[in-house]
Amino acid sequence: MRSLIDILDLTTAEIDELVSTANDIIADPEKYAHKCQGKKLATLFFEPSTRTRLSFEAAMYELGGNVLGFSEAQSSSSAKGESVSDTVKVVGYYADIIAMRHPKEGAPLVASMKAGIPVINAGDGGHNHPTQTLTDLLTINREKGRFSGLTVGFCGDLKFGRTVHSLIGALSRYEKVKIVLVSPKELTVPEYIKEEVLKAKNIEFVETTDLEEVMPQLDILYMTRVQRERFFNEQDYIRLKDSYILTPEKLATAKPDMCILHPLPRVNEIAVAVDDDPRAKYFEQAKNGKYIRMALILKLLEVE
Amino acid sequence: MTVSPIENGIVLDHITAGKGMELYKVLGLAELDCLVAVINNAYSKKSPTGKKDIIKIDAQIDLDFDIIGYIDPGITVNIIKNGVNTKMEKIDPPETIEGIIKCKNPRCITSVEQELPHIFKLTDRENMVYRCIYCESKAK
Repeated sequence: MRSLIDILDLTTAEIDELVSTANDIIADPEKYAHKCQGKKLATLFFEPSTRTRLSFEAAMYELGGNVLGFSEAQSSSSAKGESVSDTVKVVGYYADIIAMRHPKEGAPLVASMKAGIPVINAGDGGHNHPTQTLTDLLTINREKGRFSGLTVGFCGDLKFGRTVHSLIGALSRYEKVKIVLVSPKELTVPEYIKEEVLKAKNIEFVETTDLEEVMPQLDILYMTRVQRERFFNEQDYIRLKDSYILTPEKLATAKPDMCILHPLPRVNEIAVAVDDDPRAKYFEQAKNGKYIRMALILKLLEVE
Repeated sequence: MTVSPIENGIVLDHITAGKGMELYKVLGLAELDCLVAVINNAYSKKSPTGKKDIIKIDAQIDLDFDIIGYIDPGITVNIIKNGVNTKMEKIDPPETIEGIIKCKNPRCITSVEQELPHIFKLTDRENMVYRCIYCESKAK
């Protein structure tokens, strides 16, 4: 029985296989419409989410399965003080697979040790978000046809941005990838990502505070939101939230085939006017999230 | 100063100077009934500082090599039986440690679920970096 807690739980060959399945689902969704008939997905969301939860639910319905669960901690027994271990042990009797989001880092790993059924980490605090990374990888694959040799810029909150950490980890396994890190000094990527991922794997990377300076180099620009819920101090959030706002003017020097990604939701870090630019792929990316989650559910449930 | 040789027991040698008392505490040597000597700042040819700590235990006891390997992997352990020394040159740092240190990350699941074991994994052998298996925070 497999779970997905960290994107690095998957080999690059398994990622290729998931991307290929997702592309096949996009091409012929009817073929997959009954693959999970009689199976149940439990969505245990201890923290609010729109896209991730709904894309998991849509994914299971489109595979012919059913969904049960809750969308906030207050409507679960955790409000009464029940531990994650106890909650998932019980859910393991009712469902075939769990997708879990939790504000505490490592909660889905605990769940995978106790549930007795596969657990998918749907985001644990500021730590990991592997299905977002799979979504990002599927989008990059569909837009660029490859992962190797790309220059990928990450911009915004690189400190608490779990999607950034996971995607850097995943991309670091491909050849000749260059990473450009754009953030205010207070929100730089954690030291361990630099030491144990980028430097350890000899990945070329640069850090800067100036987005416009590096814009012409980028094949992918991955924008992120400064997340209010990650700050203990509201004043720090207010000071940093508008650090980078992507506008059509700032895109003037970008490559014509650069691809703009964002895990969404956005607040104001991408101006609405950018949505009409053909390089804006973030809504396409959100759509891809459903397909890659369908592929993942099939894999973890070992459905042929 | 002279500490007499032991016939049956354990000598922890080449302890990094300053770590002798830490090991004495975490290995629970204060609980023992037998003679235990902690020698701080002994002369050392091997150590770059020219100093080392030594612990002599006048009894055969079960030592937790994971704790030793985590705190000071360069230590030499000498197990002496009837005056014969079986030397273990170097203790390798353990791949995982459980229940020795606690994760201090307030965002970690262990901060709210008290019954979970605190487990750390060796992620960088060269720099002796251990990380919490749940949140990946570095052990401090």
